[in-house]
Amino acid sequence: MSQIRVENLIKTYRVAERKAGLRGAFAGLVKRRHRTIEALAGISFELEAGELVGYIGPNGAGKSTTVKIMSGILVPDSGNCVVNGFVPWRDRTRFVSGIGVVFGQRTQLWWDLPVIESFELLSDIYRVPADDYRKRLGELEGMLDLGPFLDTPVRQLSLGQRMRCDLAASLLHNPPILFLDEPTIGLDAVSKLAVRDFVKQLNREQGTTVILTTHDMDDIEALCRRIIVIGSGRILSDGTLSDLRRRVSRERWLIVDLEADHSPPEVPEARIIQYEGHRVIYGFDPATLSAAELIATVSARTTVRDIFVENPPIEQIIARLYAKEA
Amino acid sequence: MRPLIAIISARFRLLLQYRAAALAGLCTQVVFGLIIMMVYQAFYRSAPDTQHPLSIGQVITYVWLGQALLAMLPWNGDPEIRALVRSGGVAYELLRPVDLYIYWYARAIALRTAPTLLRAVPMVIMAMTMFGMKPPSDVGSAVGFAIVLVGTLAMSCAITVLVGITMMWTISGEGIIYLLPSVVTLLSGMLVPIPLFPAWAQPILEILPFRALVDAPYRVYLGDIPLEQLGWILLHQWVWIVVLIVLGRHLLKRGLTRLVVQGG
Repeated sequence: MSQIRVENLIKTYRVAERKAGLRGAFAGLVKRRHRTIEALAGISFELEAGELVGYIGPNGAGKSTTVKIMSGILVPDSGNCVVNGFVPWRDRTRFVSGIGVVFGQRTQLWWDLPVIESFELLSDIYRVPADDYRKRLGELEGMLDLGPFLDTPVRQLSLGQRMRCDLAASLLHNPPILFLDEPTIGLDAVSKLAVRDFVKQLNREQGTTVILTTHDMDDIEALCRRIIVIGSGRILSDGTLSDLRRRVSRERWLIVDLEADHSPPEVPEARIIQYEGHRVIYGFDPATLSAAELIATVSARTTVRDIFVENPPIEQIIARLYAKEA
Repeated sequence: MRPLIAIISARFRLLLQYRAAALAGLCTQVVFGLIIMMVYQAFYRSAPDTQHPLSIGQVITYVWLGQALLAMLPWNGDPEIRALVRSGGVAYELLRPVDLYIYWYARAIALRTAPTLLRAVPMVIMAMTMFGMKPPSDVGSAVGFAIVLVGTLAMSCAITVLVGITMMWTISGEGIIYLLPSVVTLLSGMLVPIPLFPAWAQPILEILPFRALVDAPYRVYLGDIPLEQLGWILLHQWVWIVVLIVLGRHLLKRGLTRLVVQGG
């Protein structure tokens, strides 16, 4: 039995529209024009307990809408969704004890209270027994290094500190499932790494199922075995990172640093993607031209200082996938 | 109960922190109270031969009771709920394993009691020592007042939550925010005691829910409503409380199915 099953979810929003300017404002008083936006146009997938899945897509693709439906906040127009044995929006108050959610763009902590008081309040709201709460808080405090600012009011925390506190807040009641909606947005490199390490550890050691939406492809590469890509409310791809690469493009990159004053040789089966300074990037398909052949050809025709083969960055793969499906 | 007690006490403690606001509010209210009191004194002095429904002494006590308990009047929605709906933070509210109506009602209880406690005590002391406010007419009125005041709090919270819920439709909630103070202060008898209204208006005002916020408890305090009528007062009050709660729950349920979480 899958822990999360989503079937053919459809959700549309009606948005009131008006033309800009005074004239538009008056026209809007008489007759409102509505536009229907299809946020989800039939989304289906299943997740097993203990998976760590990246859910990615451009702005407005429907990522957050999906997360909000799976966490019982929004009601879809049609489709089924069963999480932990519950239909989220139908049994909301019972269901939510079994999930933790973090929306990176907003905090669930009380702005004017010290962090620890927010935690205590949440443990009361989730009816966490006092012993369990102390134990859990101790664990999270250690994993996220919260000690130094537990007594600080939330409004005085840096974004990175706040995010670590928000992560802890979402896990105090020890839920088996964690939804993270853009948890690294706006964070500096150190905080991002701390969040990633924590999520990885949580998933590995406690078996928490994690669904992560993000725009940060480094998050995905560092964390997720499985990636679901959505665009315009549809699933474009669902599989491992290498599946995704294979599906979109088999292309690999050969990056060559040339000696000064040498220009890059043209190779018929490979295209030059970029040539800047002394660095040239060739794109090639390993099925028609092996890396060894390409290296041999290039180094025979010019003087090479350094050479390495890479997969194209995942941003490029995703961008190409969006372009292909659009 | 544990979640609700926790949310009430947390917000209660937060609201008690706003001592400067309470002090400023207190000063403003003393000024307003004095002005209203002087207006009534002028009216009463200009018509010395008329048979007044309330004596000037009763009116003065009524005015100061109103100032002392002003924060309990549902003259605005819950600013916290308003901010949550506007910012989309309402998403987190829906993640709590608590019935949302009861959760918001608990917040409203804190909102309507903490500032009242901060202001009522100094206000009553000042008004009784300096401005001619009188204690309840007898022990029975004092007990009756306390009983009716419980219902006043319950109704005030029900209206506060109801206004919060309407934000789900209007988002900004400004229309209702502007309308509410006029409706509540006028129809409850806060602005002018209901016995001083024209005869045709009084039956209407006595049926509407708002009198249970001001008119009923204050006049029980004054002894103007005899204790024999307390049963009717409480029936009217609690029937309306139930109606307002049922209406609020119904609207909340509908609002949640059409909820659009703003942003992000």
